[in-house]
Amino acid sequence: MFDGMRRRIVSMWFPRLASDRSLRGRPVDAPFALTLKEENANRIYCLNPQAEKQGLHRGMNVADARAFCPELESRPASPADDRAFLHVLCRWATRYCPWVGIEGADGLVLDITGAAHLFGGEAGMLCDMRQRLARAGITARIGLADTRGAAWALAHFAEGRAGPGDAVAALRPLPVAALRLEEKTVTALERLGLRRIGDLEDAARAPLGRRFGPDLLMRLDQAFGRRAEQISPLRAPPHYGVRMGLPEPIGLCDDVMAGAARLLDRLCETLTRHEAGARVLCLTLRRVDGQAQQVELRLAAPMRDPARILPLFERGVSGVDAGFGIDQMRLSVTRAEPLPVEQMSHSAPARSGRLEDLITRIGTRIGLDNIQRLLPADSHIPERAFIVAAAAFSRPGGGWAAPRPRPLRLFAPEPIAGTGSRPPERFRWRRMPLTTARAIGPERIAPEWWLEDENWRAGLRDYWRVETRQGRRLWLFHTPQNPGWFVQGEFV
Amino acid sequence: MPHDLNRLFPLRPARVHEVCGPSAMSFAAIASARAQGDFLWIREGWQPDTLNPVALSEMADPARLLIARTANQIESLAVAEEALRDGAIPLVVIEVTRPLDLREGRRLQLAAKNGQTTGLCLIPEGMGSNAAETRWHAAPLFDPGGADSTLMRWEIIKNKTGTLGFWDVRWNAAAHRLDVVSPAGE
Repeated sequence: MFDGMRRRIVSMWFPRLASDRSLRGRPVDAPFALTLKEENANRIYCLNPQAEKQGLHRGMNVADARAFCPELESRPASPADDRAFLHVLCRWATRYCPWVGIEGADGLVLDITGAAHLFGGEAGMLCDMRQRLARAGITARIGLADTRGAAWALAHFAEGRAGPGDAVAALRPLPVAALRLEEKTVTALERLGLRRIGDLEDAARAPLGRRFGPDLLMRLDQAFGRRAEQISPLRAPPHYGVRMGLPEPIGLCDDVMAGAARLLDRLCETLTRHEAGARVLCLTLRRVDGQAQQVELRLAAPMRDPARILPLFERGVSGVDAGFGIDQMRLSVTRAEPLPVEQMSHSAPARSGRLEDLITRIGTRIGLDNIQRLLPADSHIPERAFIVAAAAFSRPGGGWAAPRPRPLRLFAPEPIAGTGSRPPERFRWRRMPLTTARAIGPERIAPEWWLEDENWRAGLRDYWRVETRQGRRLWLFHTPQNPGWFVQGEFV
Repeated sequence: MPHDLNRLFPLRPARVHEVCGPSAMSFAAIASARAQGDFLWIREGWQPDTLNPVALSEMADPARLLIARTANQIESLAVAEEALRDGAIPLVVIEVTRPLDLREGRRLQLAAKNGQTTGLCLIPEGMGSNAAETRWHAAPLFDPGGADSTLMRWEIIKNKTGTLGFWDVRWNAAAHRLDVVSPAGE
């Protein structure tokens, strides 16, 4: 062990991370629990102190918990969001030191070696951490020691700080579970009468190694600093942004496009390295007078080919007011999507991407959401038999089937004069007198009662295909519950 | 019958055509059945009636359909010109709500020529542009022969490169083709 600067490790444990996260959004002043469906039963995933006081515990059946505590409020748990929240906390913790890793599902580990003096010493730093977490509404237990194992043990079993070299003394009275062991090993050790870490340390090492394997001794050595243990910080997310300063202000469209081309080359290199594609790009042009002009480009597909992206900027750049000139350009990707390298195939046709480019170009004019695609939907209601989706964000869907003839043109129901349950012999529609020559029907369509729909208030509809002597083939319906006749569509 | 419909109906490529009449939408749907690849349908967002893809699936696969919703006719024409010139989409259908002047019609023709694509304007009756290659009038006919018929009369009312004429046609969904039938004797 070297005698220079000792490593100092902080371990943070968030015992109620999931419920704290949920309560931060909507606070509740009552017993509260998050529930998760495990093995076909709703069980308590995380709970607040008030609920614990009522005798509830984790893993309890929710139905039982409600019997114990009728005023229990519950929400569904979302472990994926909790994981994301822990990553947010991890990024926050880099305010204390650059070396922050994630410890299990509900903890952080910080290597604060040489950083504590910036916060007024170790005590000041711990105090600052506690205050900030308390203000954010997050319960935290913090341990500080020379090693990662010792800090973890302190955070979980005896919150506090062990001074440099004091780890052994601080750990000796703690139970063996503080060594990050499997539950099976802990039980076996307690059966042998080795309840404290001190007992384990005093026992002979060789029999322990033979009985429990190398894992136990490794954990013990890690806690006391006889074996090194590293902290792996999270990798910083890739940054997709490039900028360029210009010695002389520019103002011509061609010059700006030439600058954008240079930026785009550099940006696309980064994108290629990370196998990502840009979906939304933003070109910021800073003018001499300090104002900035932005050109946003939304692409119809993730892309990283500079030769294809550059012409798509032309329309946006031509609308920029350059003022007295532009002296700085910045290009960044606002939204990136993974775009893995694709295997070339001789059987599938090569996707040229011309259509996506066209959609992008049209999208810069009318808005990318206004280019749409129709997708099949599962409904008998004619106007709900398809859904409209933005073409850039959906794949074409198949499986179209018309069980009965359907009109090509649909419009909002237009009332016509008529009585009885059979289509009228003569009627006027859009000021045209029409004579029924053939009527096929009825086809009864019932409203979807599980969806509220203003247009279907009149109840059941009996649809008829009416061929008129004048040629028009119309889709009429009769509402027997609320008598009336309407035209809703026209056939091919 | 003046001459064969086959010489006129798969609409001449690299040109812009026009169709009017009550069955104009059906005409466009049948034209899209013959097109290879995707087709773009440009219409103004305020128009209340919708194209029903369930019925369209009898003629063309709705997965090939792209719809552009625009705010006004100027935008529609701009989008149409862009799409025609690009050539990635072989057929562009434009719903026109006010008459095109010669300049607008000519620009669409030039764009279609550059992109080797076909344009089809659905126009209100009597609002044709002089630049159109052909203009059709499509109207449904009552078919005394059978139910579920799609009998229509297609009449070519303007043709820059030939004579005029009319045909009674019916879409054959089973064989996926257009049948020309002899006009009913009356």
